[in-house]
Amino acid sequence: MNRARNVGLSVILFIALVSVWEAGVRVLQVPQFILPAPSKVAEALWRGLVSGVYIEHLYYTLVSTVLGFLLGSALGFGLGTGVAMSRRFEFFLYPYIVMFQSLPKIALAPLIVIWFGLGLSSKIVNAALVAFFPLLVNTIAGLKSADEERVNLMRSLAASEKQIFWMLRLPNALPFVMAGLDVAMIFALIGAIVGEFVGAKHGLGMLIQSMNFTMDVSGQFSVLLILSVVGLILNRCISLIRKRVLFWDPSEKEKVEA
Amino acid sequence: MSSSVIAVNALTKRYAARTGTVSALLPATAGEARLRGTAIAGPRKDIGVVFQAPVLFPWRSVLDNVLLPIDVQGLGRDGHRQDAMDLLNLVGLQGFEGRYPWELSGGMQQRVAITRALVHDPALLLMDEPFGALDAMTRELMNVELQRIWMEKKKTVLFITHSIPEAVFLADRVLVMTPRPGKILEDVRVKSARPRSLDIMNTPEFGEHVRRIRAHFNVKGGIDA
Repeated sequence: MNRARNVGLSVILFIALVSVWEAGVRVLQVPQFILPAPSKVAEALWRGLVSGVYIEHLYYTLVSTVLGFLLGSALGFGLGTGVAMSRRFEFFLYPYIVMFQSLPKIALAPLIVIWFGLGLSSKIVNAALVAFFPLLVNTIAGLKSADEERVNLMRSLAASEKQIFWMLRLPNALPFVMAGLDVAMIFALIGAIVGEFVGAKHGLGMLIQSMNFTMDVSGQFSVLLILSVVGLILNRCISLIRKRVLFWDPSEKEKVEA
Repeated sequence: MSSSVIAVNALTKRYAARTGTVSALLPATAGEARLRGTAIAGPRKDIGVVFQAPVLFPWRSVLDNVLLPIDVQGLGRDGHRQDAMDLLNLVGLQGFEGRYPWELSGGMQQRVAITRALVHDPALLLMDEPFGALDAMTRELMNVELQRIWMEKKKTVLFITHSIPEAVFLADRVLVMTPRPGKILEDVRVKSARPRSLDIMNTPEFGEHVRRIRAHFNVKGGIDA
């Protein structure tokens, strides 16, 4: 397929979609507070960006997302390693983890605001909570998936369990861990936004809430646009890291070629 | 220990268990295996193992895969990098040291596995159906290659196979084993001069050895009864 032509076609498709939206809203006279025209959304986006309001709130959301992601993934990876490598650990702790996992973590957000206040820390905890499980589950699966033959090879070389972990199980678990990070990144953003919904002084989630109260729907649309771009960028960051770390993984190569 | 090639011709499906025993991955059910005067009680550093699959680590380059035993046994990479390169030359993989396993064919991957089994200079090379997963042509080629490597290194090889011609072609001694309990049924000495070419498979002595070993299987009413 011709690449330049495809890019051209997708630009035309985008313009067509936006035009249909704009025209539909105008012709059908849809009220602003139900569905704003794209031009109104663009206007709100421009206003928010130029005044610096969006940037300021974006900063708070980004900080809580990234810190929550780091905290949650580190904990998930650590606990996952414990569960995968220690029978005792698994036996005594795993039931609680499973119980906690089936709980919708978002439902804890109000409690966390009570415990950690209206500032950044409650958002970070919230983001960490939702980012935790994808890492936990994937780490366990990854560490347990080491090929029996490879373990036997290591044993035949008189390798210690520690060596088997560092030289075999850990690198072998990396594709799983990276897939977990992929999910955890987006989950962390969700966690941070929900935290900001429930109670915050800053952040894009809090901005959406306040815009909702003032029926500023075009403003909300513009924030949603920012959020989806942020999500996309965060996701790309993880993908870049993954490509670098997993250069040897055949499934990764298929993705690159695709 | 004198250098020789022993091919154990396995009648049983439990071949893996048997190499397992010798390499002490599994405890022996009876008796004792001794290597260089000491009983094999656990995994040993002076044994190199080649499995049916190459069992390479995809995140390691060819050279790093070969150096795995050096890393595990803490022998120091610096002192062994040249040995590894020499061995890679010996198996015909010069120039591939920086490649990754997915870039190699099955035969090349198995050569890497053989190199890895030799790099720490073990006293005994255990090969558990190493060419079983290769196509027939590559397999014959690898047999000739293994003989060439053996003539260079002169290590005792315990080679387990289900292929009678492979056993007779490679071995100085062919031990025919029975299924459950695994007992040695016959010890056939193959005296053909080395290097043997694939042509010896057409000689009457070769055919006689093969016929004689195969007779054991026919008595049992089929392979792997």
